[in-house]
Amino acid sequence: MDLQIALLLGQDGITNGAIYALLALALVLVFAVTRVIFIPQGEFVAYGALTLASLQAGKLPGTLWLLLGLGAAVALVEIALALRTRQMRRIPSILLLNCGIPLLLGGILFAIPPATLPLAVQVVLALMLVVPLGPMVYRLAFQPIAEASVLVLLIVSIAVHVTLIGLGLLFFGAEGSRTPAFTDMSFEIGDALLQGQTVLVVVASAVLIVALYFFFERTIYGKALRATAMNRTGARLMGISATMAGKLSFTLATLIGAFSGVLISPITTIYYDSGFLIGLKGFVGAIVGGLASYPVAAAGAVLVGLLEAYSSFWASAYKEVIVFTMIIPVLLWRSLTTRHVEEEE
Amino acid sequence: MPKPFRRTLVAALISAVAATAASTALADINIGVSVSATGPAASLGIPEKNTFALLPQTVAGQKVNYIVLDDATDPTAATKNIKKLISENKVDLVVGSTTTPNSLAMMDVAAENETPMISLAGSAIVVEPMDAKRYWVFKTAQNDAHMATAIVEYMTSHNLQSIAFIGFADAYGEGWYKEFAKIAEARKIRIVASERYQRNDTSVTGQILKMIAAKPDAVLIGAAGTPAVLPQKSLKEKGYKGVIFQTHGVANADFLRVGGKDVEGALLPVGPMMVAAQLPDSYPNKKVALDYVSKYETAHGKGSVSAFGGHAWDAGLLINHAIPQALKKAQPGSKEFRKALRDAIETTQNLPAAHGVFNLSAQDHQGFDQRARVMAKIEGGSWKLVK
Repeated sequence: MDLQIALLLGQDGITNGAIYALLALALVLVFAVTRVIFIPQGEFVAYGALTLASLQAGKLPGTLWLLLGLGAAVALVEIALALRTRQMRRIPSILLLNCGIPLLLGGILFAIPPATLPLAVQVVLALMLVVPLGPMVYRLAFQPIAEASVLVLLIVSIAVHVTLIGLGLLFFGAEGSRTPAFTDMSFEIGDALLQGQTVLVVVASAVLIVALYFFFERTIYGKALRATAMNRTGARLMGISATMAGKLSFTLATLIGAFSGVLISPITTIYYDSGFLIGLKGFVGAIVGGLASYPVAAAGAVLVGLLEAYSSFWASAYKEVIVFTMIIPVLLWRSLTTRHVEEEE
Repeated sequence: MPKPFRRTLVAALISAVAATAASTALADINIGVSVSATGPAASLGIPEKNTFALLPQTVAGQKVNYIVLDDATDPTAATKNIKKLISENKVDLVVGSTTTPNSLAMMDVAAENETPMISLAGSAIVVEPMDAKRYWVFKTAQNDAHMATAIVEYMTSHNLQSIAFIGFADAYGEGWYKEFAKIAEARKIRIVASERYQRNDTSVTGQILKMIAAKPDAVLIGAAGTPAVLPQKSLKEKGYKGVIFQTHGVANADFLRVGGKDVEGALLPVGPMMVAAQLPDSYPNKKVALDYVSKYETAHGKGSVSAFGGHAWDAGLLINHAIPQALKKAQPGSKEFRKALRDAIETTQNLPAAHGVFNLSAQDHQGFDQRARVMAKIEGGSWKLVK
């Protein structure tokens, strides 16, 4: 291995690591706020990428039907609740939020052929289609059991994952898609050729991470999320709604997931089930951070990316084994160094 | 109950009774099918599933029922399917499955129940080496070895002396590597690198850099479907200028759609069906291949046909060819009929099919020869026959 190969591999590792880092952050966020191990995270990566791909192919993405369906389901649940508690005034706003906006989005897609729009608008449309799915999934699957044990939440999380993967196959078919690159630029650094798209991935991830930092440090909602993560009961006593915190964390996680999907789909082919493995590698990063520390999780995820790149050079057949084996020493180290706190009750 | 509805109900009842009566008088031939219409091999299994609907429903005056089940690319589900087909549906023959592991799992059940089975999978181990179990098993897809020889022949005739291999880290990649290495060694072609990757990998940069560093004359990508795009794309990005071979596992429209410009110029061995229209009229199976292509594309749209559906069609052709002979010996639904069907398939001679010409024997349950593959090149987003 000479220096040039080492550099190219490093570049590749950091590009993938940046995506894993984003997902790791989202996983830590969701776990800290709601105690849900967010396995469906990967599906939103695939949904984001494939929704964009179907918009570009001029097809109506299946996620629109899912959005309409879930929106209607959420509206039904909320209206039933409103009727029981005799809060009739809430009904119009429930309908507008859960049915009106998705219908409007669908109307736009029908009216304007999305294939002709500029790429940036397509990306925004794709995100608008996918991101609301996160809070809707939270409302339907997790909010009713928000007080359940971590194990129950994990089981529900797996159920949601399996459902979404099945729907993904139904919507997008078995074959994968790729989207055109945002930029065709490439830079010559020494002997190595640097693709504009890979630079974009790293920069976009960095910007998103910084934005998240400011969100948590400077905004009232960010602080509310942090408070809920630290002490749920205490936060509630301070008037922070656990439901709002849960929905917000899911929205952020879905946004990060779908955006990651949009970022990597020009680099690699995305399949309906690609997201799971990408999410799992983000999860390894999150585990390194003990599902609690954002900077350690991000660093762990970049480490996963680098490890993956170099192991694919040295022993390509055992790449996944090497990456996932990394979890064992990390768990060992964590269980030896941290005092075990009984989480349940 | 409204009147028209009652009338339909009565009509339905009568026809149902009539159908039962007919079936007791003259037993239908039941063919069980288990294909991977969902799961990782879905892009192979779906066209196979679609193809059974196009096969004739009556053969030699006898009604043929196809009972199609999905095994989700899972060997356990495939085993369950074949057990159900044999015990509940009393099938006379089983077709399946799409993948090699599933076919191997089904083989045991088929042999145990003395039911002939036609696999659609690629690997030769489904029908070789011949033994008591494989006595009942046939296979319509070309063996990997057929395809590997085509690549080696092309290499020797174009004076390409070294090759780097990158393939799936599963049975498909390993199978291809083994077959190819055996033949390449015999022809003195050096394999300078052998790398693996996963279907879902988002990057193969490491493997590609290692391969390019070995400076091969050609690269063989031992992968199936759209995941095979990634290595070729990375090779181009990293400036590789040599010849790139793909395998017949990529021969569907989705590969061209996802690959786009990145897969231009790739060479691959394919069944003649994929380039049927470009074959000379004298080619033995041109007519049969074109017939299938037009039937499939009429039902599912232009450009929808893939090599995999062709394997299912060929299984249908083998069955339809064997039925008249088997009917002379026994009644459908009996053990004797199943044996007669097996014997008739084994003695099939000179049967042109979508992918080649079948000449089966007691030792060869695949039956294709060198006419079952041609070299094709990807040019302008379509398959071009290399003459």
